[in-house]
Amino acid sequence: MPATGMRPRPPGFSVDPMTAVSRILAVLLMCLLPLAAKAGDVSSVPLTATQGDPARGQDIIRDTGRASCLICHAISAMPDRDQGTLGPSLDTVATRYSEAELRQRIVDARAVAPDTIMPPYYSNASLVRIGTRWAQSTIYSAQDVEDVVAFLMTLGD
Amino acid sequence: MHRLALVLALLFPVAALAEPMSGYQFMEPATQQLQDDDFLNPAFFLVERGQQLWDGDWPGAPEGAASCRSCHGAPESSMRGVSARYPALDSATGSLVNLELKIQSEIASKLSAEPPQYESADLLALTALVAFQSRGMPMDIPTGENVAGWLARGEEIYTTRRGQLNLSCQNCHGEHWGQKLRGDTISQGHSNAFPIFRLIWDEVGSLHRMFTWCMEAVRAEPYAYGSEEYLALELYLADRGRGLTIESPGVRR
Repeated sequence: MPATGMRPRPPGFSVDPMTAVSRILAVLLMCLLPLAAKAGDVSSVPLTATQGDPARGQDIIRDTGRASCLICHAISAMPDRDQGTLGPSLDTVATRYSEAELRQRIVDARAVAPDTIMPPYYSNASLVRIGTRWAQSTIYSAQDVEDVVAFLMTLGD
Repeated sequence: MHRLALVLALLFPVAALAEPMSGYQFMEPATQQLQDDDFLNPAFFLVERGQQLWDGDWPGAPEGAASCRSCHGAPESSMRGVSARYPALDSATGSLVNLELKIQSEIASKLSAEPPQYESADLLALTALVAFQSRGMPMDIPTGENVAGWLARGEEIYTTRRGQLNLSCQNCHGEHWGQKLRGDTISQGHSNAFPIFRLIWDEVGSLHRMFTWCMEAVRAEPYAYGSEEYLALELYLADRGRGLTIESPGVRR
């Protein structure tokens, strides 16, 4: 009985056939990626026609009634007391992520980190037992997301 | 390198590292002082009210057996250590009961009286009186195959991510205790001080009320007070906090 996880390699294959198949798939995927970015990647496109308002975004992220950023994250440029330590600091976050990457992380951070504890702000997909009071909407509206992204993009060097 | 690891393991056994910490240890000193002094503790009136209910006759109860005291005598002796063993399987019905449900069923069956409702002032008072008799004792529910199913169900509820914020009890109280949510330090979420006076409620409440508060904080649909889900979770927390000193009636933020 061979140990599990150590598939015997058939003769004539220099690599494990499954590895070869996944490599071919990966190459195909890379060829298709530019198309996918145009057709399917919502994050690079703003969710609303109204340009994000950074001032309104700042109001949202400090609002403790809205499950907002400062509950878990800190921004040293903001005077608010008692900022959170649960997530990474948002100082200079605009130098680390593009607008599209920030939008994606706010809309649903599970897309980039399936086990993240960050709530999905613009998706109720596959959530368990949402209270009836909240089930009809997402944490943020589309415009809230755009406003918060616009504010976060001001956090440069 | 291996020898160093062995020495460290002997000096700091995993059990010692994993020792549960009471919510008391995460509180501001001023809040701790409130709990420390029975005269200042805003939950302590529950014990006094509970004693009146314990001693008094219940309307409709049979003559000669009309009060808790007529069968159980002084709670200081008869109820000593009871809370440390709860929730427990009810021998008559086989169902899991906590102190609140046990008190309700005793009043209904032994005193033939209308029991106070869950979360009512009177039920909180009687629960606090009974729990107070175990103050200073370690939480120590019996384990065994007969509660294994309940424990597993409680653990599943504890670890299931839920609500619009998609968080489990475990996400905050198991994996991120000690960190700050705004100005508040996340505790380990232990159950060793209930019923409590909660400062942000400005009143007393049960463990199940706390469960509901947490569920709504993550925007999840809560379960009912006294439900099987909450009882299973209560049992799981009792096992998870095994050895913690009972502080009832406690004060929390």
